[in-house]
Amino acid sequence: MTEIQKRQDRSPVPSAFDYAPAPESREIVSLEERYGLFVGGEWVEPKSGESHPTISPATEEELAEVAYAGPEDVGLAVDAARDAFDNGWSDIAPSERAKYLFRIARLLQERSREFAVLESLDGGKPIRESRDVDLPLAAAHFFYYAGWADKLEYAFPNRRPKPVGVAGQIIPWNFPLLMLSWKIAPALAAGNTVVLKPAESTPLTALLFCDVVRQAELPPGVVNIVTGDGRAGAELVKHPGVDKVAFTGSTDVGKEIQRAVAGTGKKLTLELGGKAANIIFDDAPLDQAVEGIINGIYFNQGHVCCAGSRLLVQESIYEQVIAKLKRRMGTLRVGDPLDKNTDIGAINSREQLEKIRELVAAGEEEGAEIFQPPCRLPEKGWWFPPTVFTNVAQSYRIAQEEIFGPVLSVLTFRTPDEAVEKANNTPYGLSAGVWTEKGSRILSMAQRLRAGVIWANTYNRFDPASPFGGYKESGFGREGGRHGLEPYMRFE
Amino acid sequence: MRLPVKKTYKLYVGGAFPRSESGRSYDAEGANVARASRKDLRDAVRAARDAFPKWAGMTAYNRGQVLYRVAEIMEGRRTQFTELTGDEAEVDAAIDTWVWYAGWADKLAQVLGSSNPVAGPYFNFTVPEPTGVVGVVAPEEPPLAGFVAHLAPVIVGGNAAVIIASEKRPLAAVTLAEVLATSDVPGGVVNVLTGRKEELCPVLAGHMDVNAVDLSGVGDERAELERLAADNVKRVVSNGDGQSPWHVAAFLELKTVWHPVGV
Repeated sequence: MTEIQKRQDRSPVPSAFDYAPAPESREIVSLEERYGLFVGGEWVEPKSGESHPTISPATEEELAEVAYAGPEDVGLAVDAARDAFDNGWSDIAPSERAKYLFRIARLLQERSREFAVLESLDGGKPIRESRDVDLPLAAAHFFYYAGWADKLEYAFPNRRPKPVGVAGQIIPWNFPLLMLSWKIAPALAAGNTVVLKPAESTPLTALLFCDVVRQAELPPGVVNIVTGDGRAGAELVKHPGVDKVAFTGSTDVGKEIQRAVAGTGKKLTLELGGKAANIIFDDAPLDQAVEGIINGIYFNQGHVCCAGSRLLVQESIYEQVIAKLKRRMGTLRVGDPLDKNTDIGAINSREQLEKIRELVAAGEEEGAEIFQPPCRLPEKGWWFPPTVFTNVAQSYRIAQEEIFGPVLSVLTFRTPDEAVEKANNTPYGLSAGVWTEKGSRILSMAQRLRAGVIWANTYNRFDPASPFGGYKESGFGREGGRHGLEPYMRFE
Repeated sequence: MRLPVKKTYKLYVGGAFPRSESGRSYDAEGANVARASRKDLRDAVRAARDAFPKWAGMTAYNRGQVLYRVAEIMEGRRTQFTELTGDEAEVDAAIDTWVWYAGWADKLAQVLGSSNPVAGPYFNFTVPEPTGVVGVVAPEEPPLAGFVAHLAPVIVGGNAAVIIASEKRPLAAVTLAEVLATSDVPGGVVNVLTGRKEELCPVLAGHMDVNAVDLSGVGDERAELERLAADNVKRVVSNGDGQSPWHVAAFLELKTVWHPVGV
C-alpha cells in the first residue's frame, strides 16, 4: 500500500459537496383524499368498512386514506376477474390483447413523470431512481410482453399453451409499480385476468395505474386492485377461485403461501429473499467495482431482494477496497426523495427502520466493526445512513439474515474455491456479483455460484427480456423473458 | 436337482447395496424386501448430495452416454425384467425411455435456455442447471416403466436422485439398481429405497437438503407432503408432464448471466 493511500485511509472522509436543493415538483400528482378498491372496472367502497392512511416515509405526512379489503372484498374481486375471464378476455383475439398491453406501455411512458413523483412520495425512493429505473422498466415490461400475446405458440412449441384463468398476485413495497408490471404484463399477455394486492405501505402507484387501465379501455374486471394488509393477501391466496398465485416478498411469507396452496393444484411462483454475495477478485477494475458495490447495496436504500449485501473481497486488496469504499460512501447524499441529487432516500416504513436498527445493533453486539459516513439526516421521516460492517464472521446475523436496508457486511477470501464456498453458504440463492478481468474466471464463477442471476462486472441490472428469479429458498419460477410466460400458462 | 440361488433384495445407496440399517424387511412379490427406515432415507439424501457436484459437472454429452449405457445393459437383461414384470412391452418401454432421455442431455440448454436481447450494452444469457437433490416417489404401477419414466428425466439434467420404489412391486426397481451399478452412473447419483411409502414420504418431503420432489406415486397424503415441502421452498411436481423435456425442466433452475459489452 502506498503512503498516499494510507493517508487517505486515516483522513476524515470527505463530506459531500454542498448541493443546492433541486426538488422535483409534486404539482404533477393529484391525490384523492381516499381510495376505494378497483373491482370490475369500478371504484367500490370496501365491504370491510376498513381503511388506513398511507404515509410518506420522508415526512410522515398522511397522503391519502386507502381501503383495506376484507374477505368479502377479495371474493368480489376474484368474481369480477373470473367473470371477465369467462366472458370475453380469454376469447379475444390475441393480437387485440397485445394492443391493450401496448397501450398500457405507452400510457406509462406518457405519464411517467407523474408516476415517478408519486412513487417517490409514497415509497421514499430517490426520484432519480423512480424516474430512471422504475418507470422506464415498468413501461418496457408491458411493451415486451405485449409482443408475446399473439406469439405464445412460438414460445412453447408442441405444447398448445392456454391461459391459467384468474391470477392472484401479491407484490412488495420496494418497487411498487415495477413489481406490478412484472406481475400484470405477463399474466395479461398469456390471457389471464388478475387480482393484484399492492403492499400496504405503497398502494398509490397501483391505484393510479387503475386510471391507466381506464385510459387503455381495458375490459372491466381484467385488472382488479385490492389494497390491504397481509390478511387480504392471505384471503387472495386461499380463495378457491384463484388458479394461479404469484408472490414477491419475504421467504417466511413465501413458505406460508406455499403451505396454503399445498394440495389445491394452484400454480405457484415465489420470488423471495436473498443475501447475495458480491465477489471482488484482486484483478478487478477497482474503481468500477466500488461503483458496483455502492450500486449493489445502496440502490433503493438496500430495499432490494437481490442486493449485494455480502461483500466478499480477496484478501490482497482488502484494505484498498475498503478505503475506496468508505471514501465513496462519504459522497452519498441521503435525504429528500424528491430531490434530484439524492442518492439514498427514506426507509420505507417505521417497521422496516426498526428491523434494520435491530440487525445493525446485533452486528455491533456480535463484534463487527461499523462505519457510517457523517451525514445529516432530516428530522422528520425514517432514515438510515449508508452503513458498512467489517470484521464480520459468517455466523453473524448480519452475514446470514436479509437486512433489506443500506447495510453492507464485508467478508474476505483467499482462493476462488473459498469465495464460492462462502457465497453459496446461505439458504438463499437469488443473485450474485463477480468482479474480475479474467474471462475464464468469470465463467467458472458464474457456473459455480448457486443463484438465479449472476452479474459479472456489473450489478443490479434488470430488463424485461432477462429472466429473474431464485434458487433454493429464494423461490421458484422466473419473471421476465420467454421464461416469465410459463407460470401463467397451462398446457394441454 | 439343483437348488436355485435366491437373491436378497436390498437397498441401493451411495453405489452400495446395504440392508436397511433397521434390519427390517417386508414381504412383496414373494420376497423379503428391505424396509428402509427414516435413517436410511437420510443416508440416501447425503449420498445424493455428495454425488451431485461430480454428476452435475460432467459434460452433457457424457451424461447422455451414461444414460444410453443404462439402456444397453438393460437390454441384455430383458428376460430377467420380463420375468419380474410379466410384461415384455413394459420392459421395452422402459429401455426406450432411457434412450429417449439420453438424447436430451445435450439439447436441454438449447431448448430451455436463451440469449436475451436486453436494452443496453450487456451480453445476457440464460442456461438451465440442475436443482440438486431430487426426491422421487415412483408410481405403484407400472413398477418398472413408471420408475424409469420418473427417474430418467431427473438425472438427465444433472440432478442426483433419491427414489422410493413401488411399495407393492419393488423387485424390478431393485434389479434396475443392479443395472445402474454396472453402467457408469456414479455411485450416489441414484439411490433406490424400498419400504413403506407412508413411513418414508414425509421424511423425504420435509428433508431440508432435498431441493425438489416428484410426488407422482403418492396417494391421498399429497396435500400434507406438499405442505412439508414448503419448509425449504422445494420445487414440487405432482404428476409430471409425461415423457417430455418439460418434465426435465421441472427439476432445473434457470440461471441468467449478465456481462457488459465494451472495449
